[in-house]
Amino acid sequence: MSNGNGQIASRVDLDLIAQMIAPGSRVLDVGCGDGDLLALLQSKKNVDGRGVELSQEGVNACVARGLSVVQGDADTDLANYPDGAFDYVILSQTIQATRNPKEVMRAMKRIGRCVVVSFPNFGHWRVRLKLLFTGRMPETRSLGYSWYDTPNIHLCTLLDFASLCEELGLKIEDAVTVTGDKARRISRPGAIANLLASEAVFLLSRRG
Amino acid sequence: MNTIEKAGGQPGPGPDSAGDDGDRVRARSATMSFGPDEPLALDSGVSLSPFTIAYETYGTLNADRSNAVLICHALTLDQYAASLHPLTGKPGWWPFMVGPGLPIDTDRFFVICQNVVGGCMGTTGPKDVDPKTGKPYGLNFPVITIGDMVRAQAMLLDKLGIGDLFCVIGGSMGGMQVLQWAAAYPDRVFSAIPIATAARHSAQNIAFHEVGRQAIMADPEWKQGAYLSHGTTPGKGLAVARMAAHITYLSETALHRKFGRNLQDRDSVTYGFDADFQIESYLRHQGSTFVDRFDANSYLYLTRAMDYFDLAADYGGVLANAFRGTKSRFCVVSFTSDWLFPTSDNRQIVHALNAVAANVSFVEIRTDKGHDAFLLDEPEMFATLRGFIDSVARTRGLAE
Repeated sequence: MSNGNGQIASRVDLDLIAQMIAPGSRVLDVGCGDGDLLALLQSKKNVDGRGVELSQEGVNACVARGLSVVQGDADTDLANYPDGAFDYVILSQTIQATRNPKEVMRAMKRIGRCVVVSFPNFGHWRVRLKLLFTGRMPETRSLGYSWYDTPNIHLCTLLDFASLCEELGLKIEDAVTVTGDKARRISRPGAIANLLASEAVFLLSRRG
Repeated sequence: MNTIEKAGGQPGPGPDSAGDDGDRVRARSATMSFGPDEPLALDSGVSLSPFTIAYETYGTLNADRSNAVLICHALTLDQYAASLHPLTGKPGWWPFMVGPGLPIDTDRFFVICQNVVGGCMGTTGPKDVDPKTGKPYGLNFPVITIGDMVRAQAMLLDKLGIGDLFCVIGGSMGGMQVLQWAAAYPDRVFSAIPIATAARHSAQNIAFHEVGRQAIMADPEWKQGAYLSHGTTPGKGLAVARMAAHITYLSETALHRKFGRNLQDRDSVTYGFDADFQIESYLRHQGSTFVDRFDANSYLYLTRAMDYFDLAADYGGVLANAFRGTKSRFCVVSFTSDWLFPTSDNRQIVHALNAVAANVSFVEIRTDKGHDAFLLDEPEMFATLRGFIDSVARTRGLAE
């Protein structure tokens, strides 16, 4: 299973996101890949789901399986959507591949009542050790690219992400970290979680 | 209403056909007349009355009347989407899309295809007799718009007792009608599939149409549009119009692949103006066969209708306003090598639909066949449209 950025998205990631979505809600999945998450949300949560996907192959695959998906770029095409059009705007394993993550997050906050983001944690101990001991850009299970051909141009750690949310006025409603195949709910992203989590899923809402 | 039951066209084999699967579509040919008490109010301010609509149907309307599909035809096509053409004897123009087991499945859906107002295959157009003069309308026929075509189609559906449509689908000028349907009758359109089209005709496309019209009008046989009264036919002008237009339906790559610089039935150039090249011979053939089945004045009127189409202009200059509050489900389709209605034109429709948070899918099909790809064997288009139509049919509660 891969999304449009060639990123390996674990089943765990998709299930965790699905758990955060209220049944019957309106959902926009930005970077929806082949539509695995949308299909899951439609069957399990009966959502009114839409998708945006960069790769035309991904889009065509989604439409062929009956999903409402348009070809588009998270960096430019979210501008077309009206304020508050969705209950949830989801960015699953895609934020690190956007050119301007802050603007994408800002647009998602504008379009959705809630924002759900999952991403690989660059603060994971394995990443840190690889860089420390090999002196080379880390390649891990969730970051399986060489530095020169990776689509992941804006990697961040849990702490980085938390401070971006703070800056954008997004409140962390729920946060779950993934280590291996094990998910763990955390109250707030701290130094330990930042060391242990290989991936994380955040549910955010507009503050106030 | 006159109805003729007949065995319809067999799907395939078109020029790029993958083969004939032998399925037969049961087609019904019919006409509906609208008398003096049911005039068609035109955008130009005048009304057309009386008038007749010629149409084909395939399949059976279900008890709920919830399975009707309207196919809107392109500029030079007609109602014979899946039935034998009475003039050419050729199978329907959409053999890969319409039929049993095909994306527009005639075993599941009740399919209607109407000849547009202003056309020349049975629906009232400029070649028909003007009751006021007893002579063919010619240029006395009122100017028709895409809005007028759709209004007439809705009048026919009213008479047939079909309230809303499960799906409205069409390419090119047919796609314009689909957009007009979605904007003018949002409650009657459950799903809409505009293919290779635009919400407004571009300057370049108006320019191509003007070349075609001038070719027709420059033909001395055209007689200021009154050629039928004079017993003449502006065949040369219409053929040139068709030749010029036909180039815009293809792509440079497809032309090169098909013809290259190959010579026609000769080993060397003749140092003259015969059709030395295969492409010349092909275009001349396209032109001459077109004249046998199409009316020159209809060509003027229908190209004009496309030129006038600017959906946003009818909604305060903002295309999104045309779709505000829509509940219809859209699937917009474009083709990579279509330079007549390029992906950017289709994407504008998608952006407008996104702006009102409409339920929209958008696929761009990779092909080198140009604008005409929507009529040809494009498996990826069929796969995506099948997925879309099946999913919408499930939402609509239609049986598999």
